[in-house]
Amino acid sequence: MLFQTSSKRSVTRALSLTAAAITLALVATGCAASTGGSSTSGPSGAKNYKIAFLPKQLGNAYFDTSDKGGAAAIKEFNGTYSEVGPATAAANAQVSYINTLTQQQVGAIVLSANDPTALGSALTQARAAGVKIVTYDADTDAKYRDIFVNQATAEGIAKIEVDLITKEIGDKGDIAILSATANAANQNAWIELMKKDLAANHPNVKLVDVVYGNDDDQTSFDKTAALLQTYPNLKGIISPTTVGVAAAARYLSTSSFKGKVALTGLGTPNQMRDYVNNGTVTAFALWNPADLGYLASYAAKALIDGTITGKEGDSFKAGKLGTFKVGANGTVLLGAPYTFDKSNIAKFNF
Amino acid sequence: MTSLDTRTPLAAKTIANYGRPLWRRWLLSRESAVIVAVILVWVVASGVVPYFGTTTTLGFLLLDATPILMIALPMTFVIITGEIDLSVASTLGLSSVMLGVLTKGGVPIELAMIVCLVVGLLAGAVNGFLVTVVGLPSLAVTIGTLALFRGIAVGLLGTTAITTFPPFWQNLAQARFGLTGIPVVMVLVVVLIVIFALVLHFTPFGRGLFALGLSKDTAAFSGVKVNRAKFIAFLLTGLIAALAGIYWTLRYGSARGDNATGLELSVIAAVLLLGGVSIFGGKGAMHGVVAGVLLLGVLQSALRLANVSSDAINIIIGALLIVSVLSPRILAWARRLRPSVARQRK
Repeated sequence: MLFQTSSKRSVTRALSLTAAAITLALVATGCAASTGGSSTSGPSGAKNYKIAFLPKQLGNAYFDTSDKGGAAAIKEFNGTYSEVGPATAAANAQVSYINTLTQQQVGAIVLSANDPTALGSALTQARAAGVKIVTYDADTDAKYRDIFVNQATAEGIAKIEVDLITKEIGDKGDIAILSATANAANQNAWIELMKKDLAANHPNVKLVDVVYGNDDDQTSFDKTAALLQTYPNLKGIISPTTVGVAAAARYLSTSSFKGKVALTGLGTPNQMRDYVNNGTVTAFALWNPADLGYLASYAAKALIDGTITGKEGDSFKAGKLGTFKVGANGTVLLGAPYTFDKSNIAKFNF
Repeated sequence: MTSLDTRTPLAAKTIANYGRPLWRRWLLSRESAVIVAVILVWVVASGVVPYFGTTTTLGFLLLDATPILMIALPMTFVIITGEIDLSVASTLGLSSVMLGVLTKGGVPIELAMIVCLVVGLLAGAVNGFLVTVVGLPSLAVTIGTLALFRGIAVGLLGTTAITTFPPFWQNLAQARFGLTGIPVVMVLVVVLIVIFALVLHFTPFGRGLFALGLSKDTAAFSGVKVNRAKFIAFLLTGLIAALAGIYWTLRYGSARGDNATGLELSVIAAVLLLGGVSIFGGKGAMHGVVAGVLLLGVLQSALRLANVSSDAINIIIGALLIVSVLSPRILAWARRLRPSVARQRK
């Protein structure tokens, strides 16, 4: 008899304990949510300026920077900014967040897609419910979104790389390229465009070799060493990949070639900061993620306002960045890549 | 306090419990506690979380829970025998890639699905062979095949994805019954739940799994074909993981090598921690497992709608899982401190 009652009590107690804990958690979060919700019906009036950023994953410095830019823009037009996203970059996790945002009736989702098609049906449902979809950083198939804010074109990237290196070596001498993998579509397209630009506009600069570091730090490091030994007259290296340019900079900074062989490429400020400050690298390029997020927010606003629909030729104002035109396939181009050097690198943290 | 002291009342309690009528044992079981928790969380969340109490939420929640729910069924079999299968998410990924590669190569999708299921059976057979015939521990074997199957999946497709599938099948994978929000795929899931529950609780094979989990030798002497039973359990996880892979591919319209990476942990968390199945084998019930999966799904969905960040959701769920494991022990400890129990033991 004793065991029966005690076990009955303990189960009841277990139940009430669990229930209390869960209720507490939900009430706490629910309260937080509802206070957050009340501010959404703020000063923006009739337009639904609730804009949610959904990056590939949270806790990534690149997206922290871009989404801060987005938040700054949203503040300028008195909208409500939020950022949600999965802890790991998985496509199906983003689906759950798109569904959730659709139910919460946000005005627009600004998305960096983990998969060009896996988000398709969730995005289609979101748009059917009146949510505007802006992609940035990584696009989906064009039919699933209203606008893609493109950070850079292949032409733009190729041009800035050639411009930077030729300026640094005095528009004369041998250069080489340290790329990612031999079949990386992006890099190969850029390299082709660089070759054309060099042939047409820089007759005294000779591209002697293209080597592949496979986007692996150690391989890129070794290939840099091999390049410098094979071509003693080498004046400059272009590495259009963040892994490659950082590895090449690490090699150069500890070798006798430091300051003699110029290096540029696509890099991130956090990886390149030391090498810029110690003189190994004069300048490198990438886009400014903060501007990317800022522009995406204004694109979302213009879609919510109905001043644009995403068709070619539409144009809208994007605060301090000026006026932008929608190009083919509903794409808006941020502009020429951004050049990072000693004068501005301290401002960036990604 | 010796270990014998602490065990005696528990053993007596178990016997006392079985002395009670079935409906009372049923009502006071851990499984019922989880079912009550699901209902409670649902009701509370509908009250306090905006947009939660809708059929849309129900639909998304069930769609998200479907692959976990499917795999949890055979996983319960495996865990009740005292083994574990960590390779299920990789088998899912492999099946997904196979479906993509075959349909892209012009194989009719119905045939491709059958091939995927056969691949799943083969994957399960590899695990089963290594565990039962070679006699290796399932933890080691399935960590190995977790890497192996995922490696094959990623190797077949690289970082690309195959994204064209017949619209009929894709629509079916996410269709709902009218305005109820309940996905059509739940018909398949419910049929599977019924079959697995019947097999586990009402057939000699299923009862044999329990016996086998409690004591391999006793089970063998009682006429349970130990290795055959374990082998079948692994075949089933492979088969159902492949089925979940087909569903996953069609639902997201994307066959990728990295599909469902890490899903095995959600499955095991739901089965072991919330579902009340014992990691040591021999204990567990199908309705508890189903409720465990749903509790996980309802909590995640409610917290997401309440704008809780993904890190905080992981922390809350992780803490709840630990509480769910600890609570029976804490309660047992508290019971021993009670004067009435102490007096009884003297």
